[in-house]
Amino acid sequence: MKIKHNKNFTAGAVITAFMLAVILIGMVWTPYDPNAMSGKDRMLSPCLAHPLGTDNFGRDILSRVVEGAGATFIIAAATVAIGLVAGLVIGGLTGYYGGWLDEVIMRFNDAVAAFPSILLALVLIALFGSGKYNIILALGLLFIPSFARVVRSEVARQKSLDYVAGARLMGAGDMRILFLHILPNIIPVLLPSVAIGFNNAVLAEASMSYLSVGVQPPDASLGRMLNEAQGYLLTAPWYALSAGVAIILLVLGFGLLSEGMGGEYGAA
Amino acid sequence: MRYILKKTGVLLITLLLISLLAFLAFQIVPGDPTTKLLGSEYSPERAAALREEMGLNRNVLVRYVDWLTGFVTGDLGVSYSYGMGVRQVMEGKGVVTAALSLMAWLLVIAISIPLGITLARWQGGRLDRACVAMNQVFMAIPPFFLGILFTYIFGLVLHLFVPGGFISPQSSFWGFLGYLAFPALAIAIPKAAMVTKLLRSSIINQMGENYVRTAYSRGNSRWGVIRGHVLRNAILPVVTFVAMTLADIVAGSIIVEQVFALPGLGRLLLASIGNRDYPVVQCIVVIIAFVVVFMNYLADVVTQYIDPRVRLA
Repeated sequence: MKIKHNKNFTAGAVITAFMLAVILIGMVWTPYDPNAMSGKDRMLSPCLAHPLGTDNFGRDILSRVVEGAGATFIIAAATVAIGLVAGLVIGGLTGYYGGWLDEVIMRFNDAVAAFPSILLALVLIALFGSGKYNIILALGLLFIPSFARVVRSEVARQKSLDYVAGARLMGAGDMRILFLHILPNIIPVLLPSVAIGFNNAVLAEASMSYLSVGVQPPDASLGRMLNEAQGYLLTAPWYALSAGVAIILLVLGFGLLSEGMGGEYGAA
Repeated sequence: MRYILKKTGVLLITLLLISLLAFLAFQIVPGDPTTKLLGSEYSPERAAALREEMGLNRNVLVRYVDWLTGFVTGDLGVSYSYGMGVRQVMEGKGVVTAALSLMAWLLVIAISIPLGITLARWQGGRLDRACVAMNQVFMAIPPFFLGILFTYIFGLVLHLFVPGGFISPQSSFWGFLGYLAFPALAIAIPKAAMVTKLLRSSIINQMGENYVRTAYSRGNSRWGVIRGHVLRNAILPVVTFVAMTLADIVAGSIIVEQVFALPGLGRLLLASIGNRDYPVVQCIVVIIAFVVVFMNYLADVVTQYIDPRVRLA
């Protein structure tokens, strides 16, 4: 069993490292300007000058995929950050103190969790309007319940352990116990959920941008590229394929990582 | 029985809560609906008259109760941008989304249950190892990208269907189902990969139990043990999960409808969000949410029923 999980972890680490490297390089250098149009180079199939071909405006697809992956990655990371920080505070406090507020918040969490997330995101977009920052805000809000739930159950479990009693005997206050003693101990449990949350964020962002309610042109995003590429499926199938494969690699890498971690920590 | 009653109570409260939240959410949106409805005929007097007529000046809670009564009795309100009842706007759209979701859901079950059992039966075999690796990849594919791939492969290259050439159920029922087959498959495959994985590991986890050893010692084959003893235990978490996936499937169909140009609730929802046609958005959201919550409720009840520890208690 152990070997299998490590295999997952290794494969995930390799794919994620590759994508991260591509994204980081893309932030300082891309083969071409992702937005530079060229009338004579329209719809080129993959060749030496343009390894992934060009799109309907003659823009280099490789450069666009790299830039789009970066945008998708940043949006997903920001989304997870919002959900994680708010989830830590809400889940931490409710798990630590319990009581009626805990009940109310957890019932509310259950109701939100039972809802299709895309639907909720669309409602929030209908309220806030579309655009890059509204997507981050909407998705970030949506991710709070799932993180809060994980944090809550873990904090509730840890607070009755001996080391917490020890810290209390030494005179540590509630906040110090919660954030300095308990929090570091729940990180192993939290990491797989962060990876899964990241995946959901990537998929959600890609879906929303595909539906044209997310990232707006001229900003690049993998979902938007798929939306544009669909119109040129017959003439330039490599366009859709490149953007789609980039999404799959991002999601697959983090999925394998979370599985690898989940297995290892679960076994420990 | 008490459990079912309690669950039903929670269900009703959840439904009320959802409808209230959805209603309130669209009340706080900035902007006055009368501006949109009157268009070029707008004047402050007319707007005031229309507000009065639509009852917009009344208390929010009164309007909520009004709207809810209308919703339950089938009067869904009036669309801002189509100038007709929300009910007329939604005519025929629900069927498409419902058929698509149901078809995808059935496909998930039809693919994953036999596959999960087969893989667990020949655990560690060549097929098992290949499928476990493939599963990871399939789980990572967004349904709408799979839809685009299908459009290309089956639509444009193999000419098995005409992309965008939706066939309405009135003109040809089988043509309708045939056109839905590819979108349904696109939604189903990533989910089926998850369910397969869950069922396989659920069966394999059970294989180490004492009752399995006993079953073996009585001369059962591995297949006999799985079929006669393990499956009914291993299937419990899967049933819950399969029922829960319906929420994701409905959500997935909102997007995939866009890929295949299906005239369903998802497309209407997106168009209405674009048009800021809130009565329509509100209705669709509440309807989908109701269906999803109700399915989760059914899943709970069914799981309880098939688990003898609970049924006999």
